[in-house]
Amino acid sequence: MTIHFIKEVNLLKDMILELSGRVEDQLGRAVRSVMNRDVSAAQQVLEDDHAIDQNEVDVEEECLKILALYQPVAHDLRFIIAVLKINNDLERIGDLAVNIAERTLFLSSLPTATTSFDFPAMAMKSQMMVRQSLDALLRQDIDLAIRVREADDEVDEMNREMYEQIKQGIRKEPDRVDALIHLLSISRHLERVADHATNIAEDVIYMIKGEIVRHRPEPRLE
Amino acid sequence: MNNIPTSEFAVRRPPAVSVKTPRNPAQAGNGNQLMADSFSVYYGPFEAVKKVSCAFPVGEVTALIGPSGCGKSTFLRAINRMNDLIPSCHVKGLLYFGGKRIYGPKLDVTVLRRRIGMVFQKPNPFPKSIYDNVAYGPRLHASCSRRDLDERVETSLRKAALWDEVKDRLQANALGLSGGQQQRLCLARALAVNPEVLLMDEPTSALDPKATAAIEDLIDALRGAYTIIIVTHNMQQAARVSDLTAFLYEGSLIEVGATSQLFTNPKEKRTEDYITGRFG
Repeated sequence: MTIHFIKEVNLLKDMILELSGRVEDQLGRAVRSVMNRDVSAAQQVLEDDHAIDQNEVDVEEECLKILALYQPVAHDLRFIIAVLKINNDLERIGDLAVNIAERTLFLSSLPTATTSFDFPAMAMKSQMMVRQSLDALLRQDIDLAIRVREADDEVDEMNREMYEQIKQGIRKEPDRVDALIHLLSISRHLERVADHATNIAEDVIYMIKGEIVRHRPEPRLE
Repeated sequence: MNNIPTSEFAVRRPPAVSVKTPRNPAQAGNGNQLMADSFSVYYGPFEAVKKVSCAFPVGEVTALIGPSGCGKSTFLRAINRMNDLIPSCHVKGLLYFGGKRIYGPKLDVTVLRRRIGMVFQKPNPFPKSIYDNVAYGPRLHASCSRRDLDERVETSLRKAALWDEVKDRLQANALGLSGGQQQRLCLARALAVNPEVLLMDEPTSALDPKATAAIEDLIDALRGAYTIIIVTHNMQQAARVSDLTAFLYEGSLIEVGATSQLFTNPKEKRTEDYITGRFG
């Protein structure tokens, strides 16, 4: 392949890495803002979202340019297509981080509910899935991508548990219903984050194997 | 571009016939099935095509790709015995068409070349009128009336999407046509003798993008009625026009498969390296 093409692909790799880093930071900050009721951190998440949106547009334009100019095939084509799709998932994770940060802003003005549930565990799991899916992309690690797919079921289960806990919390503390509904939203957003991490992992599998694994039961690791 | 109606949303059919060579090719040759069984072509001691085995599905378009000198044109020319004219050229192995051996002792080469037509890289019309170019083959192969001949010329020119452009000047010299028109005339000339197979050796490499698109549209329109084998250096063209793609390298058939699969997820590393431009 021409040196021009290799340069363009390397540029695209740098761009998607930059976007990945931004999205991970935003998600981490949004989660911390909830845990610490940190309004300024939440505000920061809202302010920084435009940079992610701009990165997403830049990555898409670069992908379109490469497709138009070089008409890549085989692994090169799968890489560009995977990046196009991962780009979209990353931008959506960025939006979910904003949604979570917005809940912090609402929660900060409300009395805290005494209902306890394991929010940090769910947040950590979702964040880890995002990190691992991006590591799988970076290292072209199919086993890691498969593990991310498997982890999605655990986050789904956590979300279901959270729903039950919040339902009980509302019965116990009906005057704190607003705060509890915001917490339920956060749980839902984290579950969606995990879904996007799963999409990224599936795109990594497609990129490496050329096989579309979406809507199929997960292949278990040996 | 041309007057052949083609749907923009036409569904590309998957190859209908297995690409594997059947155990007994002579028996398996259904109708005008073309297949190679451990087929080699030599120039003197040099083996230019090495033990190639594959079947070309009837009515499908197969693209032969590979770097220069990989033997794809030699293989294509061997199919209608064009290489017979090269003294040092000889073949080994078997090549079947409709269950009969192409290099069998009883085969009539003239009949073979009527059934297997060829279009070359550079348009090569005869220095005759447009009409005579197309009528040349039918006059040679069968005695037909003037009316039949007129009909054959018109049908062939229509199939080649050239009729509307030349119907008012059929007696004009073919060499006055543009390159793209000349190539479509050569295609009409090949179609005029009602072949079953069309061999195309880089048919658009000398044409501009518009004329190339016209030829590619034609290939699409002829799909189903003819078995087409096209040699091309243009990867995108192979991906656009063919149902199957065969990759040859240093005379050997490295990989053959559905075009959609071969260009997105090739099985062989050498195929991947070639189609992504990493060598060749």
